Amino acid sequence: MSDLTADPTEPQVDEEMSRRGFVRVAVTGVTLAYVAAIGYPIYRYLNSSVEKSAAMAAVKDVTLDKANDIPKGTALMFKFGIRPAMLIHHEDDSWVALDAVCTHMGCTVKFDAAKGNIHCACHGGTYDAKTGQNIGGPPPRPLTVYKVAVNPTSVTVSRV
Amino acid sequence: MSKVQDYLIERLGIADTIVYAKKKTVPIHKQSFWYYWGGISLFCFIVQAVTGILLMVYYRPGPEAYESVRQITFETQFGWLIRSVHNWSATIFLVSVFIHMFSVFFMKAYRKPRELGWWSGMLLLLLGLTFGFSGYLLPMDDLSYFATKVGLEVPNTIPLIGPAIANLLRGGLEVSEFTVQRFFALHAVILPILYLPLLAIHLWLIQKHGNALPPTEEAKPESERRNMPFFPNFLAKDLAMWLITLNVIAVMASLFPWNLGPPADTLAPAPEGIHPEWYFMSQFATLKLVGRILPGMWGEAFGMTLFTLGLVLWFLIPIFDNDKANGVRSRQVTYFGIFVVAVLILTTIWGYIGL
Ligand code: FES
Repeated sequence: MSDLTADPTEPQVDEEMSRRGFVRVAVTGVTLAYVAAIGYPIYRYLNSSVEKSAAMAAVKDVTLDKANDIPKGTALMFKFGIRPAMLIHHEDDSWVALDAVCTHMGCTVKFDAAKGNIHCACHGGTYDAKTGQNIGGPPPRPLTVYKVAVNPTSVTVSRV
Repeated sequence: MSKVQDYLIERLGIADTIVYAKKKTVPIHKQSFWYYWGGISLFCFIVQAVTGILLMVYYRPGPEAYESVRQITFETQFGWLIRSVHNWSATIFLVSVFIHMFSVFFMKAYRKPRELGWWSGMLLLLLGLTFGFSGYLLPMDDLSYFATKVGLEVPNTIPLIGPAIANLLRGGLEVSEFTVQRFFALHAVILPILYLPLLAIHLWLIQKHGNALPPTEEAKPESERRNMPFFPNFLAKDLAMWLITLNVIAVMASLFPWNLGPPADTLAPAPEGIHPEWYFMSQFATLKLVGRILPGMWGEAFGMTLFTLGLVLWFLIPIFDNDKANGVRSRQVTYFGIFVVAVLILTTIWGYIGL
């Protein structure tokens, strides 16, 4: 299209370009909207069980029926929300409740009554059974300690 | 960008394919509209695969089947939507498959060299119906329970081996959690394994032979026929159809979410007005009709034989009407097709009125 024959009603070159640009933006926008409209429900759907488990994990305390009866020098495994935890009744009649997930790589730890400490079989980590302090092996942090209240017929464990 | 393209084209060795794809054309004529229905069926199948896998994430076959579907429908975020899309897309899938089949039939697109396309398509249809039948039981609510109970009476009428087949399908003498478990294996593993290679063959045949022309077009000289390039013109239109289908599915699924009835209960009587899904309605109504004229076992056997014969006849059409030169046979087949469509529609309507 030369200047001589230019028809004012016909779209100019850069107008044509900008129309193309507009179409491209519109198509991209609509495509993104579809991707979001399909992707969001699928994400929420797949995440649904995660949300449920997060809600369960958010508990503040657990009451363990008859746990006040466990003999001295033994431990009781229980679930605090969804995490494994242990309640230890020490020989000196003191009570300790701790998170039972090893801070190294997540194995469940075990109370070793003979040695009086907590042991992790996965890589040989050890923790102090009263404070939860990491005292040997690879674990980088102490175990989380919970608050214990011994009631006449139960034990209540709660977050500190 | 083009460097990456060149790299891939060379490494994948698809230069010939691309040249071929660029030359591929699709005929344009008054009946071109019917070319889209195979593609729509394919799209619905893809939706089925995606939503099916998503449902499998939470669905638990066996004794917990009902409870898990209840959780998906009422407790899981957007679970009702995924389930509803799976059901609506199944419905639209079968609608488009039927439209596709009848348009192929009336366009005479089963003639040489496309017989295998017709036969693979028929097998895909049968597998599709089996998908529908097996999937219907999975929620294990009252309707699916009775539908399966009644449906399994069909193989039961096969002489001699019928009861054994029905028992094997059922996994017992009654529909139970074992039935759900094996229907799940059928629905989510066995049928896809059978379906996918057959689908690949079906699609490959279409690439190989191209779109068939209806007889009216075929009669025209080559110079008067019009074509459009497959890429990008037909593909763009195909994708537009897919988009429309997606929107229809989305609207139906959200406005009419699929129902979940009360749990299956062996002691509860069948609910009033119980009937199969629409795609089995014609058979259901015909059996009821035959049962009135010819009560008892003989009527049922007669009805079943009728269906089987009709299906075999339908299947063998490419052998009977194989030549465009034979106008008499071609016309007979067209009348037969109109008759079949009319019977299917009338019995279906009658079935719904008679509820
Ligand atoms: S996981 Fe416990 S020591 Fe490694």
